[in-house]
Amino acid sequence: MSALLIRDLQLAFRAGGGFGLGLAFFLIVTVMVPFSVGPNSATLSVIAPGVLWLGALLACLLSLDRLLALDWEDGTLDLLATAPLPLEGVLSIKSLAHWLTTGLPLVLAAPLLGVLLNLPTQGFLWITLSLLIGTPALSVIGTFGAALTVGLKRGGLLLSLLVMPLYVPTLIFGAEVARRGAEGMAVETPLLMLAGITLGTIALLPFASAAVLRVNLR
Amino acid sequence: MPVLEGLNFTLSAGEALVLRGPNGIGKTTLLRTLAGLQAPSAGEILCDRDALAYAGHADGLKLTLTVAENLTFWAKVFGGGTIETALEAFNLGGLRDRAAGGLSAGQKRRLSLARLTVTGREIWILDEPTVSLDAASVQLFAQAIRAHLAAGGAAIMATHIDLGVEGRLLDLAPFKAKLPEIDADDGGFL
Repeated sequence: MSALLIRDLQLAFRAGGGFGLGLAFFLIVTVMVPFSVGPNSATLSVIAPGVLWLGALLACLLSLDRLLALDWEDGTLDLLATAPLPLEGVLSIKSLAHWLTTGLPLVLAAPLLGVLLNLPTQGFLWITLSLLIGTPALSVIGTFGAALTVGLKRGGLLLSLLVMPLYVPTLIFGAEVARRGAEGMAVETPLLMLAGITLGTIALLPFASAAVLRVNLR
Repeated sequence: MPVLEGLNFTLSAGEALVLRGPNGIGKTTLLRTLAGLQAPSAGEILCDRDALAYAGHADGLKLTLTVAENLTFWAKVFGGGTIETALEAFNLGGLRDRAAGGLSAGQKRRLSLARLTVTGREIWILDEPTVSLDAASVQLFAQAIRAHLAAGGAAIMATHIDLGVEGRLLDLAPFKAKLPEIDADDGGFL
């Protein structure tokens, strides 16, 4: 298992591995927003939590079709399915590797980009915390979508359409935590909901992903 | 839709079984079913799943990793054997620190076959293992198969060239499934 994690991280960081794709997209979106909505700092600080969350979500979505497609194309997925590792474990590790290379950099970049959007001071803690708690769910749900669409030619579009609705609860509660935090209101309820969604998806979705992947490998 | 029917065979330790048959007869389907990648539509496979190692058409290599990294990964997944004997058996020692992306098609194939020896599994399931191998590499592969059989392993493979390995031939052509009778009466649509 740890061998698989190390290999996935190695592959992501080597040339052409796709590390930094999501981060670059996130940077572009947040830098462009002040140009499009105008430099009024009051407006920016109101929309900052939502823009940061939406940017992070789309950046995550962008890298999903590489998650299993590369292993499918070179035949690794067949070999992993016949290896002594349980497929549920393989997919959990793939989600973890995706989060470490896509989600975690977004979490770390969000406070810096918050400055560009004039995020209120008390909001920095909450945008970071909500992304830290919420982005693992994006990777796990994304792995499920990737398992559903693996092997399809141009499956990327279908993948986005399938995964988008599943991302909505995470987006709603994640952005709500960040917004309430930025406005100095109580954040417990949405924070607990967000944590609940993440823990639930981590516990259950690898089983669903493995089941659909077995069907897709036939 | 059934592909093969009435097929029945046993494979004992130290034995190699070579599948023959025209393209599209279902050699790959049979091998994938044996490997557990798909379920048989009828019948049963009596064998220990943990004794199987599968090598399909695709090499399953990561092109940005080196030869040694590719092999070490599979050695770890299958319980940590050494890769040195595998590198030596397939004459890959000089290429160990080369990225797999820089190898020729035949060298990639050799690396993918070397993976089998690091798995430590008894039954090798090989789908067209000799594609893009030159004559010398085919001999290396035949040697590896012989060593595997001598050590009490078994192999089942679909191949069209003669490896010079003592093995039983199984022609799949007589087991081709008959197409289900199609009902000619399409009165329901008229």
